[in-house]
Amino acid sequence: MSDAALVYVRHQDKEQNYLQAGHTLGSWLTSTDHKRIGILYALAITFFFFIGGIAVGLVRIELMSPNGDFLTDDAYNRLFTLHGIVMVWFFLVPSIPATLGNFLLPMMIGAKDVAFPKINLLSWYIFIVGACFAVVSIVAGGVDTGWTFYTPFSTMFSNGDVIAAAAGVFIVGFSSIATGVNFITTVHMLRAPGMTWFRLPLFVWAIYATSVVMVLATPVLAMSLLLIIAERWLGMPIFNPANGGDPILFQHLFWFYSHPAVYIMVLPAMGVVSEIFACFARRRVFGYAMMVYAMMSIAVIGFFVWGHHMFVSGQSQYANFVFSFLSFIVAVPSAIKVFNWTATLFRGQITFEAPMLYALGFLGLFTIGGLTGLFLASVPIDVHVTDTYFVVAHFHYIMVGGSVSAFFAGLHFWWPKITGRLYSEAWARFAAIVMFLGFNTTFMPQFIMGYAGMPRRYHVYPPEFQIWHVMSSVGALVLFVAYTLPLIYLTWSLFYGKKAGDNPWAATGLEWQTASPPPKHNFAELPHVKAPPYRYHPDRQAPEAEDRKPETQQGAM
Amino acid sequence: MTGAFPATASAYAGEWDRFFFMLTAISGLIVLAIFIVIVGFSIRYRRGSKAKRGMLPGAITNEIELGWTSATAIVFVFLFWWAAVDQLKNVVPPGHALEIHVLAKQWMWKVQQPNGVREIDELHAPVGRPVRLIMTSQDVIHSLFLPALRLKQDVLPGRYTYLWFTADKPGVYHLLCSEFCGTEHSRMTGRLVLMTAADYARWSAAQPGAEDLAADGEKLFRSLGCSGCHAPQSSVHAPDLNNVYGHKVQLSDGRSIVADEAYLRDSILLPQKDVVAGFDPIMPSFRGIVGDGDMVKLIAYLKSLASKRERP
Amino acid sequence: MSEVSPVVHEPWPSFERQKMAVSFGMWVFIASEVLFFSGLLLAYTIYRHLDAEAFKIASRETEVFYGGTNTAILLTSSLTMAMAVHASDHGFRRMTIRCLAATVAFGLAFLVMKGFEYHSDLDKGLWPGPGFPLHPATTQLFWAFYWIATGVHAVHLSVGIGIVSTIAVRLKRGTLLVKASTFEGAALYWHLVDTIWIILLPMIYLVGRA
Repeated sequence: MSDAALVYVRHQDKEQNYLQAGHTLGSWLTSTDHKRIGILYALAITFFFFIGGIAVGLVRIELMSPNGDFLTDDAYNRLFTLHGIVMVWFFLVPSIPATLGNFLLPMMIGAKDVAFPKINLLSWYIFIVGACFAVVSIVAGGVDTGWTFYTPFSTMFSNGDVIAAAAGVFIVGFSSIATGVNFITTVHMLRAPGMTWFRLPLFVWAIYATSVVMVLATPVLAMSLLLIIAERWLGMPIFNPANGGDPILFQHLFWFYSHPAVYIMVLPAMGVVSEIFACFARRRVFGYAMMVYAMMSIAVIGFFVWGHHMFVSGQSQYANFVFSFLSFIVAVPSAIKVFNWTATLFRGQITFEAPMLYALGFLGLFTIGGLTGLFLASVPIDVHVTDTYFVVAHFHYIMVGGSVSAFFAGLHFWWPKITGRLYSEAWARFAAIVMFLGFNTTFMPQFIMGYAGMPRRYHVYPPEFQIWHVMSSVGALVLFVAYTLPLIYLTWSLFYGKKAGDNPWAATGLEWQTASPPPKHNFAELPHVKAPPYRYHPDRQAPEAEDRKPETQQGAM
Repeated sequence: MTGAFPATASAYAGEWDRFFFMLTAISGLIVLAIFIVIVGFSIRYRRGSKAKRGMLPGAITNEIELGWTSATAIVFVFLFWWAAVDQLKNVVPPGHALEIHVLAKQWMWKVQQPNGVREIDELHAPVGRPVRLIMTSQDVIHSLFLPALRLKQDVLPGRYTYLWFTADKPGVYHLLCSEFCGTEHSRMTGRLVLMTAADYARWSAAQPGAEDLAADGEKLFRSLGCSGCHAPQSSVHAPDLNNVYGHKVQLSDGRSIVADEAYLRDSILLPQKDVVAGFDPIMPSFRGIVGDGDMVKLIAYLKSLASKRERP
Repeated sequence: MSEVSPVVHEPWPSFERQKMAVSFGMWVFIASEVLFFSGLLLAYTIYRHLDAEAFKIASRETEVFYGGTNTAILLTSSLTMAMAVHASDHGFRRMTIRCLAATVAFGLAFLVMKGFEYHSDLDKGLWPGPGFPLHPATTQLFWAFYWIATGVHAVHLSVGIGIVSTIAVRLKRGTLLVKASTFEGAALYWHLVDTIWIILLPMIYLVGRA
């Protein structure tokens, strides 16, 4: 074996990079290039992130005082609903898979594009159509059912624009399904020669697991929403108790999707941080096989725990017992992953660039969020804290502290590859730290309030909770700053950032073995894979500080 | 009250707090341990540090993984067992609970005491004896949340749900709706007023509108025509309603169930649902005729027909 | 007859791989469709279990003539679709076009029959809401299920008709080659629509009609 010399397969070809291949708006809107589609998605979700953020900004301003002096009851209810619907379906669910996944998946497996490039573009258009319905619903005054659309309030009592909102989410679901079908087929059918399943980067496994969940869970949401629309628009009595209908049936159908949905939102994040820990600790991910099994177990077991959202709904105690047990079980693979990521740091050569700071933030915040999940899995505990701010804090620790941190981590890690530019490391590190502090200030008080009995979705509240609400709102302001900073310095870097080389991080992975930005067809010649991923150091030898030149998966030429 | 520590109005709430804080302590230790390791590794193994790298432990890797996987699984299953035992202990209320009816509607709580006294947005109850709430909603799903008791239960339209407790500390506590129910959801709050048994007895006797629910129910039973079929001298073959409540009923599809409030309510509103064995399904439905208020009275009357039942 | 080499699209390295992928992708999509209908079938099953008698009363108003005829039509259309795939595999272009056209014709016939059936149902007032002719009230749940299930099925069938006619036209015009990877995928979708109908048939028409 050579002395671990740099083995880049440089693709110094005359081919333009994907950004140069067509400069018109039309070339972007009709492109079937997975890289461009990833960017189209990135623009769309960034827009919705700020819409959802403004909505909750107004909510948090209102909540600084216990009385409803800033917003009316109805306006408040519509704003928190808007926040939930937009953040879940128009930001989090597509975020990592449709942006980073689209951009990187084919490159990571050594393919020229996804399996069905035209369907990929179609999925973006479907997203936009669904988004239009959502915008229509917002402009028409909004919806106040909460993102959960519980019946019979949503079908028979709400006077918001439930049909438009439900239709928007219904349509956007098909975008998810199309993406899922595409990614699953891509991973099965387009791996480069030598890229066996257990040589895949963990990000690819994560996207694959996510896609399986998207394909199997999202249709059930679609049916739930269709039934609501049928009841509200056509008068079909499905959940109306006067006709023998059961409102709890809606909850079962809704949560059968919405619990796996949270794994759709967190599995890709796990994939991202796996790549980042390996690169910035210069170590192979500890326990690669277990990491794969853990992700697949989470995807599977995640389908059988939905009833833990319904412990006080009136379902039987036997059901509560079973769902509680399975919910404790599903926590085990997540815990394993936390241990393995921590162990990946052991005897590494760790550096703390922005992606690593975000990834470390993910690790801590996901651990806290996950442990509070154990509280909620216990039926007696849940009976008190469900529908309070305890639950709100729990899921924000995972979705925001976890998934959004990981999204930023990935965005910064692959920014040089996607844009060919380096961002300002000083500003990025500053933003990462501000985000971590702002996040904890916002959400830690919410655990306390929830335990103390502060219900969620409350516009006015008993005055003893004010101190916690004020703390939380101050934190939200800090978070707003932390999210705006990257918007500024990343955009700045597009025009004035230093040009990035092919592999500024000296990372392994096929995507780094091609130019930054990549050529339109990703590789001049398809790679032939000869080795497992994360070859940051020889087999049993921990990396030394000077080793910044990893061996690639293609091995020695 | 700073608002960090809610009131504790029952022994159960006290136990609940102990379990919660035990979980918090365990979680805190785990978080601390993981943070120390992460920060420790980050400092010790930062690039260029003097710490030894060298050979990576190989052979023990599998054992480490197996070890912490099993340990985690065992701890989690233990926590589940602890929680489940707690859950199952409290499923069945003790007998002779004081029964209070709760009707939720947008956006108020209507409570009816056993002696017929009505309250709005207030629930008076005695300490020291089991209290059972029988709840339903007139419109959407609401949820009755009593933080001082660490209890909550969704309240559904078309169905009864139940909540029981034994409180021990008199006082005034929050009563909140905790399932989003529309515009004034956050204003659908009230007071849980816990009183000593003596105070409660004095209070309920002194309220205007104290009714005899069972007597009213008997009047309804006749005026609505129920006695036309169910009275012993009727020519129509209908089940005898003495000794129904609380007893086993054999149904025509082979099942046998114990007649509770839900069964009585369903028999009046959805009589085709659970037909008694040996009888034809000819009873008409009283949906739209018997409202929730009348239902409470009829059920009180039917309960009074069950043997050896003492009136409060 | 001339052997035209099949078109290989980006990013596929070979036609065989592409063909496999189209079928694979369609199977994955079919999995999502199964889950889509499962939610509805679950709701039906639960409600039927809760009030079997009402479901029998409600189902008696469905018309077995339409149900039976439509089943025969759809099954036959699956036959012609399968024939189309076989023909395309062997390179018989005209036969493929004819079989696809027959499939479309049967599909349209199904929708026409469905239209007559809907008309008849509406004449009998079987749209859930005030003034519904049947008792008890839970019969409306059956009929709600009927309209939603057959409606969603009809939408799927229409999409299928659209797909099959499009590929038939493109085959005729020569923009699609007879040995393309598209046919098997389209056939899988068509058979899915047929299978859903077979499942709906007893649930709608045969309750209490043993």
